[in-house]
Amino acid sequence: MILAFQLAYRNLMGAGLRTWLNAAVLSFAFVVILFFNGLLDGWNQQAKRDNIEWEYGKGQLIHTDYDPFDPFSVQDGHGILPTSAKENLVPILIRQASVYPEGRMLSISLKGIEVPQEILGLPTDLLENSKADIPTIIGKRMATSANLKVNDELLLRWRDKNGTFDAKNVTIVGIFDSNVPTIDNGQFWIPIKKLWEMTGMEGHATMFISEADQPVDVPGWNFRSQEDLLRELSEIIEMKKASSSIMYILLLAIALLAIFDTQVLSIFRRQKEIGTYISLGMTRQQVVGLFTVEGGMYSIFAMVLGCAYGIPLLLYLSATGIGIPEASQNMGVSLADRIYPVYGIVLILGTIALVVISATIVSYLPARKIAKMDPVNAIKGKLQ
Amino acid sequence: MKTDIIVSLENVTKKFKDGDGEFTALKNINLQFGKGEFAGLVGPSGSGKTTLLNIIGSLDSPTEGNAFVMEKNIAGLSHKASALLRNKHIGFIFQVYNLLPVYTVFENVEFALLLQDYNTSERKKMVMEALEWVGLQNMPDKKPAKLSGGEGQRVAIARAMVKRPEILIADEPTANLDANNAHVILQMMKKLNKELDTTFLFSTHDEKVMEYLERIVHLEDGKVVKDEIRTKVVAS
Repeated sequence: MILAFQLAYRNLMGAGLRTWLNAAVLSFAFVVILFFNGLLDGWNQQAKRDNIEWEYGKGQLIHTDYDPFDPFSVQDGHGILPTSAKENLVPILIRQASVYPEGRMLSISLKGIEVPQEILGLPTDLLENSKADIPTIIGKRMATSANLKVNDELLLRWRDKNGTFDAKNVTIVGIFDSNVPTIDNGQFWIPIKKLWEMTGMEGHATMFISEADQPVDVPGWNFRSQEDLLRELSEIIEMKKASSSIMYILLLAIALLAIFDTQVLSIFRRQKEIGTYISLGMTRQQVVGLFTVEGGMYSIFAMVLGCAYGIPLLLYLSATGIGIPEASQNMGVSLADRIYPVYGIVLILGTIALVVISATIVSYLPARKIAKMDPVNAIKGKLQ
Repeated sequence: MKTDIIVSLENVTKKFKDGDGEFTALKNINLQFGKGEFAGLVGPSGSGKTTLLNIIGSLDSPTEGNAFVMEKNIAGLSHKASALLRNKHIGFIFQVYNLLPVYTVFENVEFALLLQDYNTSERKKMVMEALEWVGLQNMPDKKPAKLSGGEGQRVAIARAMVKRPEILIADEPTANLDANNAHVILQMMKKLNKELDTTFLFSTHDEKVMEYLERIVHLEDGKVVKDEIRTKVVAS
C-alpha cells in the first residue's frame, strides 16, 4: 500500500498540469462545501445564541391555552401562577391592540414584561426609568415598518377589563436592535404592571421566561425547555443545509467527473505502462490499487491546494463575516446583519472524508477494467 | 547446452480465438533452456516466437502442455504466483523499451526493486551498479524523453537486470536501434550473461542478434523446425 502511494505520488507529480487542474477543480468544491456549511453552522450558532438571549432564556412556561402560532389563542391563553412557582421566572402577558402611527392603524401584540429583568436582552431598564404614562420599547423592524423613532408618541387602543376599547398615547422610550424578529415585528413592549392596570388582569401572564434549567411542573402550564424551543430553529437550518447541499453536490460531481474522465483516459492511454508494471512483477490487483490511489490522491492534492488559498480566505470570512441584505432579515427567522462562518473540526473532517472517499470510489470504478486486461496486449499498447 | 535446466517446455500448445474459429500459434513445443544460456527464437512473423517468450515469461499460459519455469508450472499459476515469479526471477526487455515516462532513469531502474524488500540504501547501491553496467551512471536524473534510442534500451536492460533475475527475456531488443547501437547493446547483454550467469532468451529475426546467439531455435508456423547450437559467435 505504501508502494502504491509512493508510485501514485510520482505518477501524479510527473503528470504535471493535468494533475493540478483536477486538484484545482476538486479543491474548489472542497472549499465551497466548507464555506457553505461553515456559514450555515455560523448562522445556526448565532441564531441559537440570539434566541436564547432575546426570547427563550433557559426555557418557557407557557399557558396551555396559548399557542404561539395561533393569534386567536391570545384572548384566553393566560392565567395566574401560584406564587410558590414564580421563583426565577419572568412573566410576560400578551394582549392584542392597535396603534395609529401617522393616522394609519396597525394591529400589534402588546406585551407586558416584568420590569426590571435580566434574563432577556430587552432593554427593559428604559421602561423602568421612563416618566411617560405608558412607556414602550420596540424593535428596529417595528420602528422601520411604522416609521417610528424614540420619543414619538402615538395612540394605542386596547380592550379593558370590561372588553370595551380604551385608548391612550404611548411613548417610544427605546428602540432595540435584535436579530430575533419574533420579539420585534408587530410588537410593543410595556411594563407588565402597566398592562395589568390597563386590562385589569392583575397577576396574569401568558408565559414565563425561565432563568433556571429545571423544568417547572404546574398544572395548566407547559414547560418547554431551551433545547425544545431551539429545535424548530435547528430544523429550519438543517432544511436549509439540505437544500444548499444540492449546489455543492453538483459542484463535487463536476470535480469527480473530471477525475473519472482522467482515470478512463489514463487507463486507455497508459496500457503499455500497465503491461510494463505487470511484466515487472506487479499483480493486476496491485495495478488496480495503484490507479485507484492515484485517483484518490487527487483529493489529497486538492486539500493541499485548498488549504493554500482556502485557509486565508475562510479565516478572513470568519473574521469579517458575510453581510446579509436587510430584506433577508424579515424572513421570520433569526438572521443577523452579518453572519460569521464557523468551521468546526467535525465539519472539516467530514468534508475531507467526503472528498477523499468519493474521489477514491470514482477512481476505482474505471480502474477495475485493468484486472481484466491481457498483459501481453497491454505491453504492446493494443486497445482492449 | 548447460545441464542446469531452468525452463522446460513439454508439448506446449497455444491456441487463440480467431473470429468463430481458433488459431494455433504454438504446436507441441518441447524445449529446455539451461542456466546461463544465450539463446534466441528465430523465425518469420507469426511463427510463434513472441507467444513462446510470453509463456516463458508467465505473461501468458499454454492452452495445452506444461511450461516449467524455475520449477513452477506456468499452466497452473495464479495471477499472484505468476506476478511473484516475474518479480523475483524474470526480467523483460521490449522492442520499444517500455520505460515509464514520468520517472527518471534512476526511478525506472529502481522500480523493479520497489516491489521487493530492499531498503533505500540497498536500492540506491543496486541501481547505481546496474547503471554502471550499461554505462549510464552519469545520467540518473534524466527523463526517458531526453534519452536516445540506444540509451533508452540500456536503461531497459539495467531495469531488467537490477534485480539479478535468472532469466531475461528480450523481445526484438534491437529492432528500433541502428547497427552501431545494436552491437553495443548486444555486447552489453553478452557481458552480463557471462558475469551474472543469467539466461538470455531472445526473440529476433535480426541478423546482428543472431551473430551473438549461442543457440538458435528456429520456429515456423508454431513448430520448432531446427534447434541449433552455435560455436562461432561474437564474443562480448
